[in-house]
Amino acid sequence: MSNENGLIYRISGPVVTAVGISPRMYEVVRVGDEGLMGEVIELHGDQSVIQVYEETSGISPGEPVIRTGQTLSVQLGPGLLTQIYDGIQRPLPKLEETMGVFITRGVDADGLDFEKEWEFKASVDKGDEISSGHVIGTVQETETIEHRVMVPPNVSGKVKSIKSGTFTIKETVCVLEDGSEIAMMQEWPVRHPRPFVQKYAPDVPLITGQRILDFLFPLAKGGTAGIPGPFGSGKTVTQQQLAKWSDAQIVVYIGCGERGNEMTEVLDEFPHLIDPNTNKPLMNRTVMIANTSNMPVAAREASVYTGITIAEYFRDMGYNVALMADSTSRWAEAMREISSRLEEMPGEEGYPAYLSSRLAEFYERAGRVQTLAGSDGSVSVIGAVSPPGGDISEPVSQGTLRIVKVFWGLDAGLARQRHFPAINWLNSYSLYPQALDQWYRDNIASDFPEVRTEISTLLQIESELQEIVQLVGSDALPIDQQLTLEVARMIREFFLQQNAFHDVDTFSDLDLQYHMAKAILTFQEEAKKAIAGGGQLEDVVNVPARTDLMRGRFEKGYAERISDLMSEMSKQIDASMEAN
Amino acid sequence: MIGKEYRTITDVKGPLVFLNKTEPVSYGEIVQLMLSDGSIKNGQVLDTSDDQVIVQVFEGTASVDRQTGVKFLGDVFKLPVSKGLIGRILDGAGRPRDGGPDIVADDMADIIGAAINPYSRQSPESFIQTGISAIDACTSLVRGQKLPIFSASGLPHNDIALQIARQAKLVGSDDDFVVVFCAMGITAEEYNFFVHDLERTGALENSALFVNLADDPAVERLITPRLALTAAEYLAFEHDYHVLVIYTDMTNYCESLRQIGAAREEVPGRRGYPGYMYTDLAMLYERAGLVKGKKGSITQFPILTMPGDDITHPIPDLSGYITEGQIVISRELHQKGIYPPINVLPSLSRLMNAGIGDGKTREDHKSVSDQLYAAYAQGKELRGLVAIVGEDALNERDLQLLKFADIFEDQFLRQSRDEDRSISEGTLDLAWNLLSNIDTKYLVRLDQKWIDKYHPDEKSGKEEE
Repeated sequence: MSNENGLIYRISGPVVTAVGISPRMYEVVRVGDEGLMGEVIELHGDQSVIQVYEETSGISPGEPVIRTGQTLSVQLGPGLLTQIYDGIQRPLPKLEETMGVFITRGVDADGLDFEKEWEFKASVDKGDEISSGHVIGTVQETETIEHRVMVPPNVSGKVKSIKSGTFTIKETVCVLEDGSEIAMMQEWPVRHPRPFVQKYAPDVPLITGQRILDFLFPLAKGGTAGIPGPFGSGKTVTQQQLAKWSDAQIVVYIGCGERGNEMTEVLDEFPHLIDPNTNKPLMNRTVMIANTSNMPVAAREASVYTGITIAEYFRDMGYNVALMADSTSRWAEAMREISSRLEEMPGEEGYPAYLSSRLAEFYERAGRVQTLAGSDGSVSVIGAVSPPGGDISEPVSQGTLRIVKVFWGLDAGLARQRHFPAINWLNSYSLYPQALDQWYRDNIASDFPEVRTEISTLLQIESELQEIVQLVGSDALPIDQQLTLEVARMIREFFLQQNAFHDVDTFSDLDLQYHMAKAILTFQEEAKKAIAGGGQLEDVVNVPARTDLMRGRFEKGYAERISDLMSEMSKQIDASMEAN
Repeated sequence: MIGKEYRTITDVKGPLVFLNKTEPVSYGEIVQLMLSDGSIKNGQVLDTSDDQVIVQVFEGTASVDRQTGVKFLGDVFKLPVSKGLIGRILDGAGRPRDGGPDIVADDMADIIGAAINPYSRQSPESFIQTGISAIDACTSLVRGQKLPIFSASGLPHNDIALQIARQAKLVGSDDDFVVVFCAMGITAEEYNFFVHDLERTGALENSALFVNLADDPAVERLITPRLALTAAEYLAFEHDYHVLVIYTDMTNYCESLRQIGAAREEVPGRRGYPGYMYTDLAMLYERAGLVKGKKGSITQFPILTMPGDDITHPIPDLSGYITEGQIVISRELHQKGIYPPINVLPSLSRLMNAGIGDGKTREDHKSVSDQLYAAYAQGKELRGLVAIVGEDALNERDLQLLKFADIFEDQFLRQSRDEDRSISEGTLDLAWNLLSNIDTKYLVRLDQKWIDKYHPDEKSGKEEE
């Protein structure tokens, strides 16, 4: 059955129609004399419609189509980390070896290296009862990450023999009493979520070191976030910051339909960046998938599934995984392009009617779960969205916002003012704070949620005052409101603005964030007192220690110095009052 | 099957011809149509099946009838490439237009172009000095970048493109650029303007031109840029040239794309443009860059005119998502008589940080650029306020910024069409001179150490000592 041959009947761009075979839906087939990889996406009478993952020009009707009997799957096992793949898990360095700098076609490459030997340490014994998802041993995959080898799906029984030692990923390391053999590698179809026992409510924040994100609009481990924004507003920089600094143990970064040079930048930069949590290169925990905008569109469609399946695999080992998809709009456009070639009835703006359900299915694969092995793992998903013209009323943005719990709205206006990250603090939101507040109280400071509320209230008040200022100028406001404006300006310039390209400022831990916020509130308090005592607003605002406090964030060792700077500021404000 | 002629045309619709019952024909194959008057038209297969083949005809389908003979040439579209392309003028389908002989091919290159493996790319980081202050200081260009000019009808984008082509050079290097120029649907007048200018400056000998004019077939425009980029890739990656590709006007290209989409009765995306326009544009723009192990590079300057000056129109919008920044031309500045009327505020170069600074341009470049931007942005905003409340309501700082916006436009942006300013003495020193009109205490984006070193007052102060 599985090697049944058919013939090409029609070719239209990446969509090929075959006759003479009856494959299953989503089965992988080999198309044409060159054996291009494709996937069955529609059955229609005796015709099978196939999306082909490679360029189709030069292919003719009458060429063969061969079934493989398998659905689109990824190879999972040691060797995934530090790798960079295309949308269908072909390693890009391997492709360079075989076809040079340009990606031609008809070349197959395995996702994992079958030759490489790994040091396997068994963690179960003969006679142990094991079932799918259980960890049977470990491999030190990179300096920082221990790869936990799990029992593949649909396998269970009593261990007959298991050995530690050096193996390739296809060699048998464990034999069960019923004769089934287990190797380190397993495969999983990308379009199916991997199984788990149950989902938990997320209650631990994913700490990103980005002040506006962590402090005002936090994401939980296992949560979902959307970042819509027009071009030039800093989506990619934000995504890259998250990939660099978030405290996930594993990061899967999908460059879906984006710029080639951007992926190169990531590839150049990541091996040199040091993970603040482990002090080892960030690359050690990263898997990258790069399907740039000019690579075949069907592989772009597959890339997000390839990425999330790899993420789930590490989750099942009990890790906290963060997945960044930049950009989900390109993925949606790939769906639209395929859909229009299939002549499907379009929904809004030409997107297929199933767009929102596909988006929902994708984000639903995030979550904090109890794994089959009983441990706790999570996949957090952060999707960038590129709305045309920056208008988020379009279908992809709307479909995303209906599902995700965190919305980081990038704003072209802020980007133009060079306020980065250009996340609008007035329309962004996070639904996680309530679930996370207890964690903040226990781990950072007992009044953390109150400080956050105060900061966001000040920003809200500022936006109302600004409307008046636009009309009458700031001098017309009463002095306490002028102070509020000054405090809000401090929040914006000192706290919310963060320089991604500055060695020190690029990352602030939660403790420091809390102290910075506290410093702003202290300033407000002291200034109020000083003004009530007859101080001049201008004198209070211009105390040199405040400038030192604000500039200090660019210097190393700021976290240790901030309390001293804060008391110095208070002292000087007091003095300014006495001077009057 | 090569050489066999079919007379099985069933339908002709716009630029498309539908044929029945052929031998197997490849997707993307090149087609010749033999008309009854003996003339020949060229086309390409857009859709192929056992029963029907759809051919897109580059020269338009005028006088095609059911008796027209159709020949499939058994190959996809290829361009004959050789170093001999330099100094030549070809038409939109790659045939000589300058009266010269055919190109003697060293190789035949597939014009679709394969994607560069992202792993094989090299990060662009060599600063290109264009001699135009607005670009060099605020949206610095680097080799291997794709930086479009977002313009609109009636604005001098062509002058700017030509000035860049003339003046572009790497600081501290003798490597020259070869210019590949691609015209899509521009008028004969504009074309003459380009050619005369290239001739006048002697740059023509160092250029390859691919020309599809406004009265040439619209569908041909879909292959013209692909020919130009194929030539550019060949020159860059086989012969180590640094190639500057200028193409104008992308808006005409996108119109042609829409025309084909409509004729095929495809489901349209925004404003009738096909849903795959992003991918299609990416397949052009992404053919810029540097690759490991090759000396040459491709830098792209696409020019597009924004319909109705609207930057959210699908053409500039989708382009902006692919390209590494944009240079925005402003009608307001143009009407003030300022050339080049580049509005630095919405302009952006994403690769700027990689190409500037110590050892590349000058150590203070980033700070100066940030300060210029901030001061000009605030000054411009104040103009709005002054219109309402008058200058009397402004404080000292605001007055200085307001004045700065004027001198920035008048002295920094404004330069003549043949003025080639060097980055250090020409552009950055000028910036410092202008910034010295603002009190140092308001120049918060400048590091103190740069103020000590470069500020004119500090400098002259030191000299007096």
